[in-house]
Amino acid sequence: MIPGVTLELILYVTALGLVIIGLAGVVLSSHLFRMVLALVIAEAGANLMLVLSGYRWDAVAPILMQRAEQPAMVDPVPQAMVLTAIVIGVGIQALAVSILIRIRQRYGNLKRREVAEKMDAEIAASAGIRRDISQDAPLGERPLSPLPAHTAESRGGDA
Amino acid sequence: MSEVELWIALILGIMMLSSAVLALVVKNHLAAVAAASVVSLGLALLFALMRAPDVAMTEAAVGAGLSSLILALALRRLGLWQIDSGSENSNLLSASSKGKDDA
Repeated sequence: MIPGVTLELILYVTALGLVIIGLAGVVLSSHLFRMVLALVIAEAGANLMLVLSGYRWDAVAPILMQRAEQPAMVDPVPQAMVLTAIVIGVGIQALAVSILIRIRQRYGNLKRREVAEKMDAEIAASAGIRRDISQDAPLGERPLSPLPAHTAESRGGDA
Repeated sequence: MSEVELWIALILGIMMLSSAVLALVVKNHLAAVAAASVVSLGLALLFALMRAPDVAMTEAAVGAGLSSLILALALRRLGLWQIDSGSENSNLLSASSKGKDDA
């Protein structure tokens, strides 16, 4: 093996890679179910890094033994925290999945862009404003409907 | 012994990272859930390697077992359950789930 490469280094690279991949998936994925999966992956990386913070290469598992000299143990406190975090993570996952089921019941789709569009339309309808004004889509993404006459007049007057 | 642990950690880390990427890019949703479960299972093995046997047990049971079960059952409810990648030969499961969507 290459000198300088330790077990801690490999584990840190794995944990950071999992967190980065998970966050990139949360930001970049276009399907809401993939977003939940990316969240699960990022959580796995965070758990690995937490357990790694209490790791010592020359220590044994944190189990007390009735012996005269107790050998050095790895830190049991992060392990207890991670034990809780795993269970809470599954709870969060179940909540996210139930929210996904409700979204699909309401909008019939899980594509991020379509769900956002329908949500925009609903918010605009409930607030009583026109959606063409409230949306801020980049040019070329969603073709805007032609502007009404009075809006075109006021724009021309401003310019 | 430490050399062996190093190699095991290296192989598991590469497997987990590639499986995490696969979970985000593969087209089939069920395959993505399976890839996320592989990440969880590798994490359980790494916990056992890092002398945290209780965390490894919990991660293998809850993280790899229960979590992928929840996600797979949610796929059925969401209508994304699909065994085959090709949609030409519609098998029994996708046909039945499609029928359930309409109901």
